[in-house]
Parts: sequence; structure tokens; C-alpha cells
Amino acid sequence: MLIFECPYCGVMAEETELTAGGEAHVKRFGPGSSDEDFETYLFHRENPKGVHFERWRHANGCGKWFLAARCTNTLEVFGTYPAQTTRPPEPILEAIRAKRPGFQWRDLA
Amino acid sequence: MSTRLVSGGRLIDRTKPITFRFNGKRLKGHAGDTLASALLASDQMLVGRSFKYHRPRGIVASGAEEPNALVGLGEGARFEPNQRATTTELFEGLTAQSQNHWPSLDFDIGAVNTHFARFLTAGFYYKMFIHPRPLWKHVYEPFIRQSAGLGKAPDAETKDSDRYEHFYAFTDVLVIGGGVAGLQAALAAGRSGAKVMLIEQTAHLGGRAPVDGGTIDGQEPGAWVDQTLAALNAMPNVTIRARTMGAGIYDHGYVLGYERVADERPGTDGPRHRLWKIRAGRVITATGAIERPISFAGNDIPGVMLAGAVRDYVVNYGVSVGDRTVVVTNNDDAYRTAIVLAKAGLSVPCIIDARPLGGGALMEEAKALGIRVETGRGIAKVLGGKRVTGVVLCNMVGEGALVEEIACEAVAMSGGWSPVVHLWSHCGGKLTWDADQAAFRPDATRAPIGADGQANVLAAGAANGFGRLQNVLQDADVAGKMAAHALGFDAPKDAPPMGEDAAVKPLMPVWLMPQSAHYGLRMKAWLDYQNDVKVSDVQLAAREGYESVEHTKRYTTLGMATDQGKLSNINGLAILSDALGEPIPQVGTTTFRPPYTPISMGAIAGEARGEIFQPLRRTPMHGWHEAHGAEWEPVGHWRRPYCFPKAGEDKHAAVAREINATRQSIGMLDASTLGKIIVKGPDAGKFLDMLYTNMMSTLAPGKCRYGLMCNENGFLSDDGVVARIDEDTFLCHTTTGGADRIHAHMEDWLQCEWWDWKVYTANVTEQFAQIAVVGPNARKVLEKLGGMDVSKEALPFMTWADGTLGGIKARVYRISFSGELSYEIAVPANQGLALWEALIDAGAEFGITPYGTEALHVMRAEKGFIMIGDETDGTVIPQDLGLGWAISKKKADYLGKRAQERTHMTDPNRWQLVGLETVDGSVLPDGALAYASGKNANGQRNTQGRVTSTYHSPTLGRGIAMGLVLNGPDRMGEVLHFTNTEGEPIAAKIVSPVFYDPEGEKQNV
Repeated sequence: MLIFECPYCGVMAEETELTAGGEAHVKRFGPGSSDEDFETYLFHRENPKGVHFERWRHANGCGKWFLAARCTNTLEVFGTYPAQTTRPPEPILEAIRAKRPGFQWRDLA
Repeated sequence: MSTRLVSGGRLIDRTKPITFRFNGKRLKGHAGDTLASALLASDQMLVGRSFKYHRPRGIVASGAEEPNALVGLGEGARFEPNQRATTTELFEGLTAQSQNHWPSLDFDIGAVNTHFARFLTAGFYYKMFIHPRPLWKHVYEPFIRQSAGLGKAPDAETKDSDRYEHFYAFTDVLVIGGGVAGLQAALAAGRSGAKVMLIEQTAHLGGRAPVDGGTIDGQEPGAWVDQTLAALNAMPNVTIRARTMGAGIYDHGYVLGYERVADERPGTDGPRHRLWKIRAGRVITATGAIERPISFAGNDIPGVMLAGAVRDYVVNYGVSVGDRTVVVTNNDDAYRTAIVLAKAGLSVPCIIDARPLGGGALMEEAKALGIRVETGRGIAKVLGGKRVTGVVLCNMVGEGALVEEIACEAVAMSGGWSPVVHLWSHCGGKLTWDADQAAFRPDATRAPIGADGQANVLAAGAANGFGRLQNVLQDADVAGKMAAHALGFDAPKDAPPMGEDAAVKPLMPVWLMPQSAHYGLRMKAWLDYQNDVKVSDVQLAAREGYESVEHTKRYTTLGMATDQGKLSNINGLAILSDALGEPIPQVGTTTFRPPYTPISMGAIAGEARGEIFQPLRRTPMHGWHEAHGAEWEPVGHWRRPYCFPKAGEDKHAAVAREINATRQSIGMLDASTLGKIIVKGPDAGKFLDMLYTNMMSTLAPGKCRYGLMCNENGFLSDDGVVARIDEDTFLCHTTTGGADRIHAHMEDWLQCEWWDWKVYTANVTEQFAQIAVVGPNARKVLEKLGGMDVSKEALPFMTWADGTLGGIKARVYRISFSGELSYEIAVPANQGLALWEALIDAGAEFGITPYGTEALHVMRAEKGFIMIGDETDGTVIPQDLGLGWAISKKKADYLGKRAQERTHMTDPNRWQLVGLETVDGSVLPDGALAYASGKNANGQRNTQGRVTSTYHSPTLGRGIAMGLVLNGPDRMGEVLHFTNTEGEPIAAKIVSPVFYDPEGEKQNV
């Protein structure tokens, strides 16, 4: 029963208010893309024991999708942010680096 | 014999006698007794038979850790198996039955197993029943099922007659455990002003301290408990709930509490159990400690008990377990039991202390009372069968040669105390091995953490590994203050109360008694009473290569079942680590999982049963359907009429009548459940072009188009008719079950991928009632209602128009899912019933017939229309279904397009949709497979197709089906044979899936 702060409506939302949407910042590849790029887009996912970037929807609340940086091991939440971005906000990355030296997730470090 | 003493018993009220029944026998106890204390007071030493060997078993403990005294409680609708006698409060009329014996508790056939114990070792079932394979199903499995299981399941036909409920609570600090540590922690946190909740699993606060003695601030612990409780009760920010167990700690400070509200008052008003869903800023686990048994031969004979429990029964309930009790220990605490017994006038023939030099001040006190103390000694074995008659004293060092036989009726054993670390561990708290106490204790540097990355669980008192009263109180005080401080509350900087108790000498770990016990003793030295696991079993598992503690648990069943190894885990672990030659902390513990002790299914379900199990969605015409005898079919959370049988009519006949009436004259369907999503904005067309496989942006306002939606994997996920309302607005119909999912799917892509597109969506499914008016006379009936032009010219096929019908504002779509002339009429939901009834009246002269979902299905199958969930199953792409015409070739992109270019998707050997006609006119079984020649690698017949929809068509008077078949469309006329579980394979011919009106002349009139 995780709690996330919805960055849109500001509610500290319980997990029952939310639906999970898998990994964040997945870049879409459509027609014309190589088999390799498309395979990566469709099937390849990170599976860290550590900080992960995830998609959540405040489904039983304001209805907005948002993104969260959460440690899959300790459940620490480093921040939530609106979904309309291709990269986590710098302050969240700073907070992760400060607490998790050597942190790496895809090309983020 | 065990009996009630003439005085003593701080928790019982001797002026209130209580009558209860055990195995049909009338017995007496007092108010305040547990079932266990009342059984002991009635000399009922034997309370059950063990799981595997059916050995006689008695009460071992006095609390939640009890492994043996499990009974079937109550009768009929209130029967519950596997209830611990030690945590069951006695009430007038209680009935209990012992478990796992036949024909009776005293004489049990299964006890013969004990003579075969040599063969029933760890892994016996795995080794014995693996070969020959075919015997498993009819011989081995029934045999194992017969002999397995402790309690009886409640009768499946009776419904639990009690009520249960869920409560939600939010608190700053939650203290779990109401012993002196919990009380002090709550007091410290409460004084800071923080909101505090304290829960205690038993009916009494104060825990063990009033039994164990010592002083707190110069008072008896009991007096301090009363005083502290009074102080806590006076604080408006503190809530105390007794009989409420902390069942589990979960993510981010979420805790489940299990309150036994009325177990001791069955049949009274109000709920029986209450499940508390608590969200706490900080959790303090003041859950105490559990005493460990010692592994010596015969340690399971009734009368061998934990030393602390023997003390509890004397002090709390005034019950003596036996006139003569031998105490066996590796630590000082058990001396308290000897002292309590002696002071109660009972005899303690000997204290057997495994430590060469014995204990400290408590030993001196015992000696001063004239009790014989043997140090460096152990018990070689216990004498007796259904009850203890004596013990064989031996040297601790050696194999167990007899030194002396000591006659006694009870043995009080103590192998030291293990902190209750279960709750600490539930959500990631790590443990550290405390070699001095030979126990795992919480590691505060690796605590469970909250969303903010800070530790959110603190262990306190005995649960944190502290034994002495002073340390317990101080630790709890710090925990309470720290928890409050972390949340921004500051407690006054006062000192904790002063605790004083006897100084103790260190414990000596004893995992086997005597040290080098021979095999004959080891195979009678029980580790896990509930699962009949002995020292020899764990040693065997280690020899057979089970090195991981988790594997050993599953192989030997050590620590499984209802007590989850509360007594056995550490002892078993120590034996395993010794057998493996590895230190205990390296071997580690098995995973602690919630709940701490079993909680009732009723509490988990709460109020969600019967009609309110889940909310029911009703269309505006639901009541009419009910009044007209609808047979219901659940579709999502909706109920839709399956058909409307008339008196004397079965469902099959009703469906046929509904179809014939619709095809020949007129029928009507409540289509309100269909999803209706408005998509609006300058980019709405562009957005729908991405969502649907076909082109929607070119649809003219006023027109309708059937569309398909795929996911990014290319698989078909939903279908429906899209109507363009105006330049910026579309109305998308979805399947009944798909409305919420498709709306969420739209929002996902809009918010997360194309967030710069100017589009809004709104799910208006419940805002409109929708009625399909279907059949050759449909137009005549609408014209009778009047108000708008519904002629072919004004409202041609695949268009829509706004207007009024019979005075009701309506939007009329000329769309058809049956192949007939058909109008779907949407009206505001509150007008739905009025329109429905108006149509019934107006259509009466044409025999208008309401039809249900089955007629809908049959009619769409007659037309070869696909149904999401029948023809699709998440692996089917539109190209498989002959729907290539609905896939735009012009669009550069749509969801699923790239995936549909993958090699597997373009494989010409993908099974394709065809119609199937049985040669004999019968109905094919749903899901039947078409045989192909040869066998696959597993020796199974190859297949070349399967049935996706199959019905009896009243229109054609024969069975029709649709299916996916290898190269199907190229094999028209070929006969395939389909699997038939009822008999011979069924022959069916491949035909076009459109069985009825292939030219579409009937719907376009």
C-alpha cells in the first residue's frame, strides 16, 4: 500500500486510488523503425533492485497520469512529477544521486 | 494431575463460574479463563493428536505461539477449525472439539504411525509416492488427502452467521503490543501531543511484567500498569484497543489490525471481528518475546510446557499443571517459574540447569526456598505416554546416560527467549544475530523505511532484544519519544520509570539436550510440534543436500502451518546450521510474512458479501427487465438480460422466439451498457486516426463508421461504431466491458505521448440510455411515435440524426448489429424507461419483442460479425478476421501498425476466420479444435483450427459456427473434423462466415 503525492491535484494518494502503468520514459517507435528499435520499445524493460522510474495514474482521483522515482527495494520515493516530459526533473535526479552514489538507470546517472 | 489451586489467579473471577463442553464432556471454568486454562484446571492434559504420527499432545504455551492446542470451536454456522485454546476466552456454552484423531482422542488408530516413524522421515511423501506415476491420481492422492490436514473445514452449505467490518484509522504513532514496553512507548509519544494508537492482541494490557515480577518506580508492575493505563486513558490524543492484534506491516506505514470484537460473546449485536486498516506515521513494535522449547527426547509428551507458560497458569489463572514440576533451563528466567511454584505450595523436585555454573540471584533465591538445583545437567528423556510421569536426568555433555530418574507430572522448559521480530520483518526490516542471547533481534540500522526514506518502524522492549525491566522501559521510552520527534512532536525530556529486577547470568545456547544425544533420542526430540518435525529430520534434510533454510522448511515442513514456527524456527535453524557447519546468522531465517497469527476470512471480506459484494451497475430499464422475468447475464459490473422467457418456456425456446420475432417483424434491445466516449477538440480526428486502424478524420459530420482498435502489440482490443457529431466532436461506441478500459487507454496516449494535441475525452456511458429497435417493422414503430423523419432518404444506413421521438429528445443512429433494418436510439438516461415503454406500446400491434444478449449474439453470428472476446483473445489481429477492409492503407501510423508488420503477424499460415457448418446440422462445441494429421513433439494430435463462436441458428434451423482455420478462406467447402468430448469427432464444412443476407439488403432499406 504505497503512497504517492499526485503532482496534479496534490493529494497524498493511497495505492487503492492509483493504477500502475509500468516503466516511465519509454520512447515510442512506430512504422519505419528497425526491428531492433521496435523490439526494445515493445519488450525491453528495466528491472532494477533500486531506483526505478514508473508510470502511475491517479485513476480514482483526478485521472491524471504521473511519473514517480521509487526504490523497488526500500520503497523510498524520491519524487513524483507530471508525465509530460521525456526526462526526470533535475532536482529528483540530484536527490537520487545524493542518496545513491553510482546510481544508474538506462542512460541516466 | 493438573488442577485449580484454591487461591490465586489474577485474571479470573472465581465468583463467576462458566460451563463449557470439550468433546461433549461438560466442564467448568471461571470468567477470565482461556479455554486452555480451563482445560488444564479440569485435568484435560491431552488436547489433540499430532499431525503426522498422531502422538498425544497437550498444551505447551499460554499465548499466540501455541502449536498443539488447536480445536474446532463452535457448531453449525459458527463452527471454526484450528482455533488456539490459549487465545480463546472462555464463555458460557462454549463448545470445542479436539482435532486429528479417529475414532477418539484417547484411542487413535493413526497413532500406529509413531511405530513407523523410522520410515516417515523428512521427504517421506516425496520419496514414496513419486513412482509409479499412474498411481498418483487414484491411489496416492486420495490416501494423502485422507491423512492430511488438522481441522475440518466448515460445512460448505452453511453461511457464516456473523457480521464483520472494516475500519480505517490514521494516526501519528501506532504502538503494537500493550505490555509495559508498549505502554511506556505510548505514554512517551502521547505526552508529545502526537496522535497515538495502541493495540494489544489479548484482552489484558500489561503483558508479562505482572507475572514476572520486579518493581517499576517501586511498585508492583501490575500497579504501575493500572496507573499508566489511567494516564493514557486520560489523554484525548491516545486510543487503546485491546483484543486487537497487529497482523501485518506493509508499505509506507500501512498496518492491518485484527480486532476480535465479540468472540467471547457470540450472537450479540455488532460485528464479530473488525479489520483495521491503519496508516501510521511511525510504528513501534513492542511485541515482546516468545520462549523457546528445548530439544530433548519426549519433549512433546503432555505435561511438558514452556516455563513461562507454567508460571502464567499459576499466577494468572490459579492453575497448577502438576503437583511436581521439574524445571529445565539454560537461563535464569525459568527459576522464576520454580519460585512461583514453590511459593504456591507446589513441589519442584529439581531445577535442571544446562549451564555448568548455573544462574545468579534467582538461583540463590530458589535454593533458599529449598529447591534442588542440578547444574551442567540435562534431560535425557521424558517418561510417560499420554502424560508425563518423570524425567531421566543426565549429564549435559555426553550421549544421555542415566544419572537418575526423577518422578514428576510436569516439565517446565526454557531455552531462552526470542524477540517477536515478525512485524518488524514484514516490510523489509533486517535482523542481527545476538550471540549472547542466542536470538535474532531487529537491526535498527536496517529498519523498514517509509516514502521519505526514513525508518518508519521502531522496535521496543523485549521485541528489541531487551530482557531486564530497566532496559525494556528505557528502550520503550526512547522509541516513543523518537517516533513522535520524527513527526514534529516533542515530548517533555523526563526520565523513564525505574525498573528493578534480579540480575541475571548469561544464557548458554542449548540446541540439543544432551549435547551428543544418540539417534534414538534425536528422533524423539521434537522441534516443530505442529508439523511433527524432529531434530533427526532436519539433520537428514541437511545430509540430503538441503542447504537453504527456505528449502529445508519446505522439505521437512518445519515452521509451516498455522503457527508458522513461532516455537520451532530458531531451534530448527540452529540444528540446520550445526549440520551444515555454518554459523547461524549465515544460514539466516525464513521469510516472515503476514498475518502474525491466522485471521478470519470473515474479517478479510468485511461487509463485502451477498448483495454488496461488489456494486451492481443497472441500466435505466433494469427494473422493467426484472419485472418481465429477465434471465440475467453478468457483463462487467452490469447485469444484462440474457433472454426474457415466457411462462413455460425454457431459455433455448425464448432465444429462438426472440430472434424469429425480430427477423420477421420487430425486436428491441437495451443497449445502454455499450460504452459511449466523447472525443472533442481540434485534433480529435487526428487522434482517432491513431487509435483506430481505419480513417476517422475523413468521416463527415452526421455519419457513422465501424472501427477497430488495436494495442501497440497489434492485437485487436475493441471495436465499435464512431459517429461524427460535428467538426470537432466524435462519439465513440465501445464494447460493454471495454468502456472504462478504452477511456483509460485514450487518456494514457493523450496525456503521456501526444500531450500537445488539443483533445478532450469524456466517458458518458451512463449519461445515456440506448435502445436498439430492430426488424423489418422498426421504421413503422418509430413513425408511430413521431417527431422526426426516420425515412431511408432522411436517415440512410450508417448516419445519425438528432430529433424527438414521442416527445423525448433523442439521437438516432442507423446502425445494425443484426443485419436487419435497425435504429439505435440514445436518450438522456432519465428518459430511457419512458422511451422503452413508449416503444413497447407503439410496437404492440407488430408484436414487438424485447430480446436479450443471446439473441443479439446469435443474430450477429448469423451475419458473420465478430465479437470482441469470442473471435479475439488477445492474440488475434484484424487481418486474421478478414477485416483488412477496416485497416487504412493510407495512414502512415496507427497504434498497432508497426507490430502488424512483424514477421509473425504477416505469416500466411496464421489461422483465418471462416464460417463452419456441421455436416449433420448439430452445434459444434465451443472452443473445439480441428484435427490435423500427425502428432506434435509432446505426442498430441496436431491441430489446424478452432471454434470461436457457435450457436443454433433458429433462422437457418441448424448449427452455425465461426472459427479460425489454417488457410481457411482458401479452403471453402473442405470438411474438417473437430474434437468432441462427448463422443465421435464432429465433421464440419468450411463456409463463408456470413450465413444470412450476404448482400446486406435487409439492413440497407
